[in-house]
Amino acid sequence: MSKQSAEERAIGYWKANISLIGILLAIWAIVSFGLGYLLANPLNGIMIGNVPFPFWMAQQGAIITFVILIFAYAKIMDGIDAKFDVNE
Amino acid sequence: MSEVMIWTIVFVVLSFGLYMYIGFAARVRDTKGFYVAGQGVPAIANGAATAADWMSAASFISMSGLISTMGFDGAVYLLGWTGGYVLLALLLAPYLRKFNKYTVPDFVGDRYYSNVARAVAAVSAVFISMTYVAGQMRGVGVVFSRFLGLDINTGVVVGMIIVAFFAVLGGMKGITWTQVAQFFVLIVAFIIPAVAISMKLTGNPIPQLGLVFSDIVPKLNQLQVDLGFKEYTQPFRSRSMIDVICITFSLMAGTAGLPHVIVRFYTVPNVRAARYSAGYALLFISLLYLTAPALAVFARYNLIQTLHNKPLTEVRQLDWVNSWEKTKLLKFDDKNADGIVELKPVAKDSEITIDNDIIVLATPEIAQLAPFVIGLVAAGALAAALSTASGLLLVVSSSVAHDIYYRLINPKASEAQQLLVGRIVIFIAVVAAGYFGINPPGFVAEVVAFAFGLAAASFFPIILLGIFDKRTNSQGAIAGMLTGMIFTAGMIIMMRSVQLLGTATPIMTDFMGISAQGVGVVGLILNLVVTLVVSRVTPPPPAHIQEMVESVRVPRGAGSASAAH
Repeated sequence: MSKQSAEERAIGYWKANISLIGILLAIWAIVSFGLGYLLANPLNGIMIGNVPFPFWMAQQGAIITFVILIFAYAKIMDGIDAKFDVNE
Repeated sequence: MSEVMIWTIVFVVLSFGLYMYIGFAARVRDTKGFYVAGQGVPAIANGAATAADWMSAASFISMSGLISTMGFDGAVYLLGWTGGYVLLALLLAPYLRKFNKYTVPDFVGDRYYSNVARAVAAVSAVFISMTYVAGQMRGVGVVFSRFLGLDINTGVVVGMIIVAFFAVLGGMKGITWTQVAQFFVLIVAFIIPAVAISMKLTGNPIPQLGLVFSDIVPKLNQLQVDLGFKEYTQPFRSRSMIDVICITFSLMAGTAGLPHVIVRFYTVPNVRAARYSAGYALLFISLLYLTAPALAVFARYNLIQTLHNKPLTEVRQLDWVNSWEKTKLLKFDDKNADGIVELKPVAKDSEITIDNDIIVLATPEIAQLAPFVIGLVAAGALAAALSTASGLLLVVSSSVAHDIYYRLINPKASEAQQLLVGRIVIFIAVVAAGYFGINPPGFVAEVVAFAFGLAAASFFPIILLGIFDKRTNSQGAIAGMLTGMIFTAGMIIMMRSVQLLGTATPIMTDFMGISAQGVGVVGLILNLVVTLVVSRVTPPPPAHIQEMVESVRVPRGAGSASAAH
């Protein structure tokens, strides 16, 4: 790390951050707009317990995923902050 | 006096006493304490405060009932009002915390080196917040009148006095710690009746599990079909898929762009705490948002079972039916005069009319819970309304006293002058909010569509590009913000012209299949496109602005950079 200039570090850090955000937002969109809405009609026959899967995703599953996504971001960023030596 | 009333008074007096004590204990002497609680709020406490700040009288009282009527399509509110926190946590909160100022207009004005942008942002923040706060004060009055038999106006005045006390004295610090207490009151009050009714209908004390693993959903679907409704879980029965998608996204971006939510992330000690605190906020919010859809199913099933196809005389013997019929939120009209009331899909044929607000407020009575639970629900609804009102009033105060008075009119104002102006403005805002609570403009519900639409079409894209696109300059941002705001406001005014302008029919019913609630998405996209294009055909922002953008992208130094303020 020490051989890199501060500028290179900042660029690398920002790239790592952007790719992480991209991955997490893709999951965010898939669980809510994808499984909850766009595929709601074709997937309506699949059941979770006694509840149709799209209904469960749109009213329960996606929200649970959202909470996990935010904590995952915070946790992974702790590591990225430390790796690029920009942590507090 | 009934037992319910006594319990209600006990809970209301105890909880209000607690809020006033906290407000007094957390009183502040400087602007940093007044606007951002001294930036010393731990991540988990800020999460609870954000949850209370966010969950309003509408979330607590009306949302479950709304979902109960909408079925699957109620997901627009559930996903819209939670998914925005993912955007906030990943795209806005950590960087705004690093930016380290007091308000959202601070960021817009500094990043776009423009006092015009600052003024536009401050005025929109005041407009959005005042719109919202009127509804909260009304909510306080309604709860007082239903549970304590007080006049609605007296209830509003009591609410004003409480909010004024801790907000004027403690500013953001007082508001934060009372919100933490209010979160616990509102979440306990929401969950206890939901657990009880889940136990009763599904045999499972956890509503989310009762929903999935009992046969309540198939039974409700069958009931709905028998009555001529579509299945409860049938997607897109009230709106098209494209409209559902746009409304959800509009509410998400609006949530992430609402100033009273964003400023909560200025109060934590560092960038790392801002990230975790967004997680805690959504975790606490999800306690209510994962319970509400279960409660909506239980309540709808229970209401149909209890009321539909029953003799009117028998139904009227139920105590809760009696008391809610008096409030006119529950109405019976035996149209075919056969002595039996029936629920039907078309409103004009139906012999039973149920207001959405009954679902949460009457659940404890329908489930025959102890009177103290009903008192607790009243205190919970008040906590939800007061916590949201106080957060909004602080935004009004900071926009006027900090952004307009200090940054634009009198930059030489001393610390003591700034603090005094802040306190005076928050007091005036409380009185104005109370006035609108007592004399509600007839179009409050319409104006709420404005708040989300404008936040989605103005603040969200402009802050996003301010952080993620270094090339975005002042010209681009102002052009984009104006395009987004004018388009969205114009569309909402035309689609809601019956209520807002008094025309006989709406000037427009939808924009390419998108209704007023979802049109903010189009405004958002227009804003992004205009900002990016105009920024690229005009000179880049000055070097010191580009350096500022680079610095907000890196967490280190958030604690010390505030000295420059």
